[in-house]
Amino acid sequence: MKSVDRRSFMKIAGTSLGIGVLYSAFPAASAQGEVGDMFGLLGKNSGEKVSPFTFVQLSDAHVGFNGPPDPLGTKAFERAVEMINGLKQRPDLVLFTGDLTHDTEDKDVHAQRMKQFLEISKGMNVAVVKHVPGEHDAGLDGGTLYREFLGETYYSFDHRGVHFIALDNVSRAKPEVGPEQLAWLKKDLERFSKSAPIVVFTHRPLFDLKPEWEWFTSDGDDVMNILSPYENVTVLYGHIHRDDAHEVQHVHHYAARSLIFAFPDPEKTPQKKPIPFDKDQPFRNLGIRLVHENAGKAATGTLSIDDVELTAREYSGINGIQQLLKNPTL
Amino acid sequence: MKSVKSSYWVKCVPVAVVLPALFVATLTTPRKAAAQGGPRVIDITAKRFGFTPNQVTVKKGETVILRLKSEDVTHGFFTRAFKIDEEIEPGKTTDVTVTGQNPGTYTIICDHFCGANHGNMNMVLVVE
Repeated sequence: MKSVDRRSFMKIAGTSLGIGVLYSAFPAASAQGEVGDMFGLLGKNSGEKVSPFTFVQLSDAHVGFNGPPDPLGTKAFERAVEMINGLKQRPDLVLFTGDLTHDTEDKDVHAQRMKQFLEISKGMNVAVVKHVPGEHDAGLDGGTLYREFLGETYYSFDHRGVHFIALDNVSRAKPEVGPEQLAWLKKDLERFSKSAPIVVFTHRPLFDLKPEWEWFTSDGDDVMNILSPYENVTVLYGHIHRDDAHEVQHVHHYAARSLIFAFPDPEKTPQKKPIPFDKDQPFRNLGIRLVHENAGKAATGTLSIDDVELTAREYSGINGIQQLLKNPTL
Repeated sequence: MKSVKSSYWVKCVPVAVVLPALFVATLTTPRKAAAQGGPRVIDITAKRFGFTPNQVTVKKGETVILRLKSEDVTHGFFTRAFKIDEEIEPGKTTDVTVTGQNPGTYTIICDHFCGANHGNMNMVLVVE
């Protein structure tokens, strides 16, 4: 086989849903000849051949949150469900990167919030929905409640040739993965070739984005050392309630916006305070971004991200908020 | 902002007067250490969702002992700048020795999830 850029075999691009991000996983070149051979090889490693599909990342719904930055409660989450159901191309998967619920010390209330999350979530016309916990879901009880409703807090699965890894960096109460999970991750990856397409989804960033705001994972370097031999790794995370795209070595890290309220740019403000609610643009800064491949440039597996104001245009302006308040079914 | 020194005296002296001898001895030990040229001891209490005091000031080159305790649940005490990552468990006292080498303001956070407003639980260490 001739030498080829293996990174070009697999790309993950995203397009805006208005709320949330739609990712497309597709071969970067025609699956013919030597490229097709490589897909076949990948298929042997992951159990399936790589084939085009789309998936959505949603994050930080904080069901049960009740505060000034978001007087609309679950409205953005419900809107996201509607928009996913309205897609022309139905996504194969939805990945939810934590903080499904907002924390409470009352276990019964927390269980009720988890039920409400699942009730809204099951409205999505999508075959597979996968989750990882956020600290609000699992930080106080070590993940007991989360496991009752959703199963293990870390796991992996294969989908159409892509290996997905759910990492838990919240249920030890501190921002860390821990030695047990690190050992599991290393073993989980053993069967894959270095060119296998891998998507990691987790709650907190796996690098030091802003430690003073607890935007880090203390043993994130250990995670990345395990992942670094692999050439096609994309990390999706939440927690920071805003867009972010980072490339650390050759690994791409993308944060999704929240479905409840937004945090500001930490480089422009000293305090970690939510961006105030704007009644004229009720969904502004919530889960909206456009991700696309680096069109026109050599295939390197890199992505470009544009922030877009697709804040459900029909709901923008004062008329929009009035519509929402008058018609809770919107 | 209160100075660290005044905060220490305000908190410790009245307590030492009314407590039994055993506790007075415990509390006076740090002051003796300070009087003998040992590091200054600064008491810091963690309670959801803040630290008291929430600002500590040290001189450049000064070494201090931060004496940590919790009044409710387990908290964290974390700052990358000083490579501090401690747990503050209720019923225990944790000492952290810090030397202010570079002037600046350093944020210390609770990194052990302690409840809904955990994300805003922090304090600052100022090196003058």
